[in-house]
Amino acid sequence: MAIKSYLAHPYNGQKEKLQKELSIIPHCEVIPAANKDVLILVTDTNTRQEEDILKEKLETITSLKLLAMVSGFNTKNK
Amino acid sequence: MYNSVTNRRSFIKKMAILSAMTAAAAMFPGIVFAEEQERNLPKGSGNLEWKKAPCRFCGVGCGVLVGVENGKAIAVKGDPKSAVNKGLCCVKGYHSVMSMYGKDRLTKPLVKKNGRYVETSMKEALDLIASKMKETIKDYGKDAVSIYGSGQWTIPDGYVASKLFKGCIGTNNVEANARLCMASAVTGFLTSFGADEPMGCYEDIDHADVFVLWGNNMAEMHPVLFSRLLDNRLKRGVKIIDFATRTTRTSMAADKSILFLPQTDLAVANAICYEIIKNGWVNKSFVKKHCNFSKGLTNMGYGLEDKYKFKDKPEKISFEEYKTFLEDYSPEKVEKISGVSAKDIKYMAAYYGDPNKKVMSLWCMGMNQHSRGTWINNLVYNIHLLTGKISTPGNSPFSLTGQPSACGTVREVGTLTHKLPHGVVMNPKHREFAAKIWEVPVENIDPKPTYHTVEMFRALDRGDIRFMWIQVTNPMVTMPKLKRYRDGAKKEGRFIVVSDIYPTPTTDIADVILPSAMWVEREGMYGNSERRTQHFEQMVQPPGEAMSDTWQLVEVAKRMGFEKQFYYKEDTHIEEIYNEYRKHHVGKKHNMAPLAVLKEQSGAMWPYVDGKSTKWRFNAKYDPACSNGEEFHFYGKPDGKAVIWQRPYEPAAEEPDAAYPYWLNTGRVVEHWHTGSMTRRIPVLHKAMPHAYVELNPDDAKRLQIRTGDKVKLTTRRGEIVLPASVNERGVPAPMQVFVPFFDENMLINDITLDSFCPISKEPDYKKCAVQIEKV
Repeated sequence: MAIKSYLAHPYNGQKEKLQKELSIIPHCEVIPAANKDVLILVTDTNTRQEEDILKEKLETITSLKLLAMVSGFNTKNK
Repeated sequence: MYNSVTNRRSFIKKMAILSAMTAAAAMFPGIVFAEEQERNLPKGSGNLEWKKAPCRFCGVGCGVLVGVENGKAIAVKGDPKSAVNKGLCCVKGYHSVMSMYGKDRLTKPLVKKNGRYVETSMKEALDLIASKMKETIKDYGKDAVSIYGSGQWTIPDGYVASKLFKGCIGTNNVEANARLCMASAVTGFLTSFGADEPMGCYEDIDHADVFVLWGNNMAEMHPVLFSRLLDNRLKRGVKIIDFATRTTRTSMAADKSILFLPQTDLAVANAICYEIIKNGWVNKSFVKKHCNFSKGLTNMGYGLEDKYKFKDKPEKISFEEYKTFLEDYSPEKVEKISGVSAKDIKYMAAYYGDPNKKVMSLWCMGMNQHSRGTWINNLVYNIHLLTGKISTPGNSPFSLTGQPSACGTVREVGTLTHKLPHGVVMNPKHREFAAKIWEVPVENIDPKPTYHTVEMFRALDRGDIRFMWIQVTNPMVTMPKLKRYRDGAKKEGRFIVVSDIYPTPTTDIADVILPSAMWVEREGMYGNSERRTQHFEQMVQPPGEAMSDTWQLVEVAKRMGFEKQFYYKEDTHIEEIYNEYRKHHVGKKHNMAPLAVLKEQSGAMWPYVDGKSTKWRFNAKYDPACSNGEEFHFYGKPDGKAVIWQRPYEPAAEEPDAAYPYWLNTGRVVEHWHTGSMTRRIPVLHKAMPHAYVELNPDDAKRLQIRTGDKVKLTTRRGEIVLPASVNERGVPAPMQVFVPFFDENMLINDITLDSFCPISKEPDYKKCAVQIEKV
């Protein structure tokens, strides 16, 4: 359903931890950014339910200071 | 079929990644760098003719180059020669030419007949407007007609509007939407310095060591200037402190984010002054030579009632009295009011107090749209005056603006009820001066101001005003407590003319809609936040019968019998008007650059004296108007001294209570410019931000079981609105606060805001009222 990209801002000194924590979450793709202060996170979910579960998981990550959405697209998946 | 969807999905994913990578590489979302601009130019663009202009959107006044091919503007890039943006563009500026080519562009005048809009010729429409104005004046008097303009008016637009209404018709019913965005900055400057507009300039950014952003989400609202701050941090290690009520992109990029409770910036500013005095950081010789101390009236009210009046009574006080007043504002006491720790207050005060640090304070709507907007402007000036950190490179209290010519047209031309191009209507010498240039009898100019913006729309509702001409602004989206003013405008016996480029909720209330020529479809000038006046030539033809706002006014003025005053020729009228306007500002304090200079270079900063822009006013080293033989001269005041004001903390007009327990804050987003009437017609911006939303604090959202996308009902004492929720996305409000952007005409948040205003500036407080929220 939704494809969204974010800039993920880690707490000071916790970028690597954040990268690891994000990488193991389903529907998440973590990409290093030229700007070393942030990570790029792309989420790709098929249903609203998946999106909600993902949001909840993201909210529990302690190394994540802020997730700033850059773009969001809704697209049909079948 | 399946493949095509998969491919599309894969393509979209790549786009999403690319957007994020661009944003990250550019340090911040919203900035387009020169290399990227060149890469994205249309194919075969080698034959484009590039012409310079100031950007159409915000008050930063970036220099852009517009690429024209076969009579159409098809590309934009940042002008590397512009001292403002040095080749950068934000996403809005980069896509600005697309705002000229929306499918529903107004091209023909429309007149409402029997409830339906009927196309007519421009000649007939202008005839009708002139006859309606004459008829209204005959039946109800000159103060029954009015004009409501804008900080998007070009300088010639505002000038002819003021000349027609104030000089010829003889009514002070002239207002502009800048009343809603920077009137508090004006009254702040006037009360503290006796002269409007910043003393410094953007070059301060390259000299300052510390930047304190007072309630200013600069990363989204002024992204190009903010990128200059970030650039300086990379190069020089400067500090950025975000002092705000909400966590934003600015907070994330700042070195320190400090949150305060709404309205309590007044208390914190006083606490900073308390610390400066307590720690012996006062620049005693500066204060002794260049400052007075004053206090004014308190408990002024909030302007909630019709015909509210307030006049301050300044009274001089001593430094010792001021010091005693500040005893109530120790950091420990203010911590309890503001939610800001005493430690953080002392942290900010220490930077201001450090004689080896140059400090720039920046603000925009957070301080201006404030029920004590003049006061908070005064208080930030107090900090800079006490420490002598003012009018020198890098030491600069700097009020930013939101519109391309809020300074140029509204503040400098004086398109507010009390103003003239030079001075105010209340002053007989100023009236005589204006009347002479305008070639009208001095008796024509009424010595009494009439209505500020909120009161003007109240007067329309009451029937005191019967005719209103609205140009290049969208009050049926932006007025606070909007429902009252929308219903008022629709009443029988009102005649409304709206000049615009697209249909909006404001054209919906019009009896006549005039199609306007926008930006580079006509010639004009804008004046930006740093006193820089910039010229743009006509580059393309306007569509259909669209006509510049300037020429619409000239045509109507002639029809009303003012041919002598509106002698301008169609081919040369902008030059003639500008040359006439310059006469109002002759002298070292405000001289405007000649048109030839503006055509040659990317603008000039007034006072323009002996062929030079003035970068730092009131400083004898840079400002030729200083004449007291001292290093500094605050010549706006008769005694040449600036004023340090005793202003207390007072609560907002409406604060959360048991029935309405949350604060409602409104504002803007990077993709859309104000009401979105232009940017929502630019597909890439519209797709990036298709509709408004309500931001909630994650803890509040969890407690209320609200997730992003859920529908949430907001209810205030004015009404209710339903919006989708946004949790932990772009911005994060503090607990028990919500934020809603106002760009979306389909979700009119101003239907439920409050029309309280600063009693001195009359600027409404869009940042604070009480609201109830519930999941629908």
